[in-house]
Amino acid sequence: MSSLFDQFDVWGAFWMTIKLTALSAVFSLLIGTVVAIMRVSPVPVLRFLGTSYVNIFRNTPLTLIVFFSLLGLWQTLGVELSSQLPVNAFRFAVVGLSIYHAAFVCEALRSGVNTIPLGQAEAARSIGLTFGQTLREVVLPQAFRGAITPLGNTLIALAKNTTVVVTIGVAETAYLMNKVNEDASDQLTNMFLLAALFFVLLTVPIGLLTGRASKRLAVKR
Amino acid sequence: MQIRKMGGVAIVAVAALGLSACGGDDSGSGSGGKIDIGIKFDQPGIGLKQGDKYSGLDVDVAKYVAKELGYSEDKINWKAAPSKQREQLIKSGQVKMVVASYSITDARKKEVSFAGPYFIAQQALLVKKGSGITNLQGLQGKKLCSVSGSTSATKLKAKVPGVNLQEFDTYSKCTEALVAGRIDAETTDDTILSGYANQDTYKGKLEVVPGVGGDEIYGIGIKKGDKATCEKINSALAKMVADGSWKKAVTDNLGADYKLDAAKNPPKQDTCS
Repeated sequence: MSSLFDQFDVWGAFWMTIKLTALSAVFSLLIGTVVAIMRVSPVPVLRFLGTSYVNIFRNTPLTLIVFFSLLGLWQTLGVELSSQLPVNAFRFAVVGLSIYHAAFVCEALRSGVNTIPLGQAEAARSIGLTFGQTLREVVLPQAFRGAITPLGNTLIALAKNTTVVVTIGVAETAYLMNKVNEDASDQLTNMFLLAALFFVLLTVPIGLLTGRASKRLAVKR
Repeated sequence: MQIRKMGGVAIVAVAALGLSACGGDDSGSGSGGKIDIGIKFDQPGIGLKQGDKYSGLDVDVAKYVAKELGYSEDKINWKAAPSKQREQLIKSGQVKMVVASYSITDARKKEVSFAGPYFIAQQALLVKKGSGITNLQGLQGKKLCSVSGSTSATKLKAKVPGVNLQEFDTYSKCTEALVAGRIDAETTDDTILSGYANQDTYKGKLEVVPGVGGDEIYGIGIKKGDKATCEKINSALAKMVADGSWKKAVTDNLGADYKLDAAKNPPKQDTCS
């Protein structure tokens, strides 16, 4: 086991997985919230755009989205996020992961919105709040608190899905596993155990924390 | 209740039949059976599957060796052997041998045995024609592409620290990016790169810059400690060189402008252990 750490940059790979997870979580939460607002808004065009976003990105394989973010934007259109190619690939990986998981964040939030009784929105409108105010003051705070568990599930899925970005050469855990397989296949079993342990340590706390938070914060009705 | 039990028995019996049916036809050894051989399916010049046709240097070598072992061409079951699955395919017995640009290394020798070598390739660069990159120094500050986790990229990074490295999961994607002008060079074994340079789509657009890294010594991977098979393969390889089929296979597959390192090729087979 120790020769793995001597021979390969194991910590670097794990840290890359954590960075990918954290950054993509933030961006997918931002994008997902916007899409969710579009989907519950009273404007038909926005609703249509929001629904299209969710249906397109939720139903496209993540590998394709990640690869096409680099192939389409960088290779064909020449968009560059960094002049350093490894950094460039990392940023495109975050773009791909965020776009894909935003669709799931949106649906998680929409399920949170559905936990709020219709009367609340009607009451908000009857005291003269605009759509924006209703969202900000009444709907979204309750929606987030009701959606903690599905958001946690999305985050766990995101952590595991980061392994897909090996397709564009980001040096994360799956990349390390490929490297061990190619250069030191006698260490493969150890690498599998190590990677499994790492992902358990990464995802189980997320599940426990969101489970506790959803119990404490959920709006009791 | 009785009927349910009988149903259970029937299911078990059918399942057992199914299992034995699977076990029956992949025995692998014996002159009447078939032989499973692992090759690359996606590397022009080395091992390429197009429809149900297989071509490449590794395919020709495998065919010759199989013939010497008593299997005619129609008795060969070709199986895809991507780089990272080669040891597992051999260890689990899914293939009898792997002929897939498989470099002999000490780490791999711990898992499998090697017959051969049958070819010594060297690390090279693939660049656009007229790019001005003629050696390692020309790579300084340039954009390089290779396959995720491959040793060739690691080696070059150690030699040219300033290089800007993009990795993909296949060499084909690298070649696409090279032709599109997003990267300046691609690195791996000169055999693989010659295969791409000779493909009809890229003909005349790309050129190989040889000798930027160490040797890649191609062997045939077999089950660890299978000395008998190893010796049979080695004498088949020696015969292939002696009767001129080796030379023909190299020129047929790697193209007329492939710069063969004649001092090292054809290599002498190692003793089996």
